[in-house]
Amino acid sequence: MFISRFYRQGAHTIKSLIKAPAFIPKTSHIPVVHNRHLPALRHESFCSGAAKQDSEEGNQENQKINVTFVDKDGEETHIKVPVGMSMLEAAHENDIELEGACEGSLACSTCHVIVMDMAQYNKLPDPTDEENDMLDLAFGLTETSRLGCQIIAEPELDGLHLAIPSATRNFAVDGFKPKPH
Amino acid sequence: MVNFGKIKLISRSFTTLSSAPLRICVVGSGPAGFYTAEKILKAHEGVEVDIIDRLPTPFGLVRSGVAPDHPETKIVTNQFSRVAQNDRCSFFGNVYLGSSISLPELREMYNAVVLAYGSESDRSLGIPGEELAGVHAAREFVWWYNGHPDCRNLSPDLKNTDTAVILGQGNVALDIARILLRPTEELAKTDIASHALAALEESSIRKVYLVGRRGPVQAACTAKELREVLGIKNLAVHIQQADLVTKPADEIEMKNNRIRRRVYELLSKAVPPGHTPVLGQRELHFVFFRKPDKFLESDDRSGHLGGVRLEKTVLKGDDELVNQVAVGTGVYEDISCGLALKSIGYKSVAIDDLPFDNYKGIVPNVGGRVVTDSLQDHMQIETGLYVCGWLKRGPTGIIATNLYCAEETLACISDDINKGLLTSNSPKPGREGLLQLLDSRNTKVVSLDAWKKIDTEEIRLGHIKNKPREKLTTWEDLLKVASE
Ligand SMILES: Cc1cc2nc3c(=O)[nH]c(=O)nc-3n(C[C@H](O)[C@H](O)[C@H](O)COP(=O)(O)OP(=O)(O)OC[C@H]3O[C@@H](n4cnc5c(N)ncnc54)[C@H](O)[C@@H]3O)c2cc1C
Ligand SMILES: NC(=O)c1ccc[n+]([C@@H]2O[C@H](COP(=O)([O-])OP(=O)(O)OC[C@H]3O[C@@H](n4cnc5c(N)ncnc54)[C@H](OP(=O)(O)O)[C@@H]3O)[C@@H](O)[C@H]2O)c1
Ligand code: FES
Repeated sequence: MFISRFYRQGAHTIKSLIKAPAFIPKTSHIPVVHNRHLPALRHESFCSGAAKQDSEEGNQENQKINVTFVDKDGEETHIKVPVGMSMLEAAHENDIELEGACEGSLACSTCHVIVMDMAQYNKLPDPTDEENDMLDLAFGLTETSRLGCQIIAEPELDGLHLAIPSATRNFAVDGFKPKPH
Repeated sequence: MVNFGKIKLISRSFTTLSSAPLRICVVGSGPAGFYTAEKILKAHEGVEVDIIDRLPTPFGLVRSGVAPDHPETKIVTNQFSRVAQNDRCSFFGNVYLGSSISLPELREMYNAVVLAYGSESDRSLGIPGEELAGVHAAREFVWWYNGHPDCRNLSPDLKNTDTAVILGQGNVALDIARILLRPTEELAKTDIASHALAALEESSIRKVYLVGRRGPVQAACTAKELREVLGIKNLAVHIQQADLVTKPADEIEMKNNRIRRRVYELLSKAVPPGHTPVLGQRELHFVFFRKPDKFLESDDRSGHLGGVRLEKTVLKGDDELVNQVAVGTGVYEDISCGLALKSIGYKSVAIDDLPFDNYKGIVPNVGGRVVTDSLQDHMQIETGLYVCGWLKRGPTGIIATNLYCAEETLACISDDINKGLLTSNSPKPGREGLLQLLDSRNTKVVSLDAWKKIDTEEIRLGHIKNKPREKLTTWEDLLKVASE
C-alpha cells in the first residue's frame, strides 16, 4: 500500500548509498526531445533494480495510451502517447507547456507533475534515489508527485491523469487535492 | 473563467501590435533574466525585450556558478538560447548597469526595466584575519575555476598546504569540496577553466573540512550534491558519531522537511560502522557545531593563513516554529590549514538611484514590483521598475526557483499593462537609443552574434582538448573573439 511504498523508498535510499555512483549517467549530448526511444533507455538504466517485465514486447511499439494533462488553469488536454515515450517528450510533442530545463537528464525538477489518482501513482515503478533527490527540490511537492521525464508510457498506465502544478495558484483551492494516505 | 483569460490575452496582443511596441529592458542574463524575458515574450505579443549583461557572455551563474562537472544542469542554456533568438528579443553583452549606463538613463529609454543582476558580492563573517593570504570568498574561488574573467588572476595557493577548510555547508561549499577532491582526470573532461585544472593537478590538498555552525539535520546542502560528494572515488569520509545524535527539536525539523530528513539519512550512513580509512586516501571531514572565530596567521609565513579557530556551539530554540540557532559555548579549537574558503552565502550589490535594503541585501519589492522605502506604511511603488531572481529574493534557490520567481514578476508586469500603467503611448527609444548612447561612450556592445563567435571558438578549443568547451577567461580574449 501507499505507506509501505514510502518506507521502501527510505530503505532504497540507504541501501544504494554505499555504492552510490560519483556521477549520475551523463546524457547531456543527447537531444532528448527529438528521439522517442531514448527516454525509455534512460529510464531503464536508472531503474536497474526494478527490471520491467515486458511480456508483450512485440506489439508495444505501436501501442498508444491515453493521457490527460491538466494545466495550470485547470484546462484538460487529452493526448495519445506511444508506449516507451516519456511524459515530458509527449507533452512537448503536443504543445503542452511542461517545462523541461535539463531536457530529461534528471537535473532540474522543472518537469514536475502530479499524478492525480493514487491508484495510478501506485502503478508506476518506484522513483530512484536520483529522482527523489530532484523531487526534493520540486515546487509544490505532493505525495503523488513525479518527474515528467521519468514517467514512461506503459500499457497499464492507460488513462493517466497528470496535473502540472502552478506556482502562482494554490492547487488545492482549485479542486484537486491529492488524497491523504 | 479559464477561457476568458485567454481571450483577454489575445485581444491585448492585437491592440498592442497596432501601435509602437512596448519596450522592456531586462538587466542580467542569468536564469532570472532569461525566464522573465521568455515569459514576457510569450504573454505579450506586442512587446520587445532587450537583455543586457555586464559580461560579454550570457547565462549568469549557469556559466560561472554551476560546477563544471554538472553538464546536465547547464542544458537549460539551450532553452535560454532559443529565447535570445526570438525576433523580438536582443542580447547586449558588455553593458554594465551603473557604469556603462545609469539606471535613470535606462528607465528613460524603456517603458519598463526588470532588474535581474543577481548577487555578486559576499556575506561577511566579520571575524579577525579575513585579510590573510589564503582566505577567499567561495564566490571568487568558484568564478576562478569556472573561468569568470574577473577572477582569472585569483591564483589560490593549493601547493603549500595539505588542508583546506570550507566554512559553510550549503551546496556551494559541497561543490568546492568536490572540485578540490575529485580526481583531476575526471575534471579534465569538463569545461573547467584550464588555469584551474592546471592548479588542481598540482594541488597538494588531501584533506578538506566542511564546517557547519549547526548540526547534520540543519546542513544547508541538498541530497543530490551530498550523494555526489560522498561518492567521490578513493575518498575517506569522517563524521563524529556523537554529532549524529538528534534531539527532539531535530526530529521535528526532519518531520517537517523532506530535504533535511533525506540529507540527515545520507550523513548518518556516510561512514559505515567499523570503517577504517585506507592509507593515502583523500579525506573529507564534516565538522558540525563549530562556528568560525578567527583566521590564524601562519607562524612561518607572515601574512599567510595558518589555521582557523572555531568555537564549539550548541543549538538553542526547540519551538517547532523557530529555527534552532547556534550559540557559542566559549570552548575553542583550531584546525591548521593553508586555504580557507568562506561559503556562507552571496550578497547583492546596490547601484545608484535604486532602492536597496542593505540589511537583507536585496532590492525592496512586493512580488517583483520595486518599492521605495521598505517602511511598510510609506511604501511607494516605482512604476515600470521590476526585479527578479537572487536580487529579488536573496541568494538562495536553484535555477528552477527563478522560473517561479519570473512567473510572479511577470504577473506584476501583465497587471500593469492591463491597468494601462505601462503603455507604449509615450514611445521610448528602446534599443536604438541604448546602442546610440553606448556608442557615444565607446562601449563595445557584444551582440548575440558576437557571443555566438565566442561560443563557437570555445567549443572549437574544447574539442582539441577533449573538453565540451574551453572557456575564454580574460576580458581581452573574450572581446577580441567577439569583434572578429
Ligand atoms: C556556485 C553556484 C553553483 C550553483 N549550482 C547550481 C546547480 O547546480 N543547479 C541549480 O539549479 N542551481 C545552482 N545554483 C543556483 C543558481 O545558479 C541561481 O539560482 C541562479 O543563477 C540565480 O539566477 P539570477 O538570474 O538571479 O542571477 P545570476 O545567475 O547571477 O545572473 C545575474 C547576471 O547579471 C549580470 N550582472 C551582474 N551585475 C550586473 C550589472 N551591474 N549590469 C549588468 N549585468 C549585471 C551577471 O553578469 C549575470 O550574468 C548555483 C549557484 C551558485 C552560486
Ligand atoms: N547543485 C545545486 O543544486 C546547487 C549548487 C550550488 C548552489 N545551489 C544553490 O544556491 C544557493 C546558494 O548556496 P550557498 O551554499 O551559497 O548558500 P546556503 O545554502 O544558504 O548555505 C550557506 C551556509 O553558510 C552557513 N552560514 C551562513 N552564515 C554563516 C555564519 N555567519 N557563520 C557560519 N556559517 C554561516 C549556513 O549555515 P546556517 O544554516 O547555520 O545559516 C549554511 O551552511 C542555495 O540555494 C543552493 O541550493 C544549488
Ligand atoms: S526535465 Fe529536468 S528533471 Fe525532468
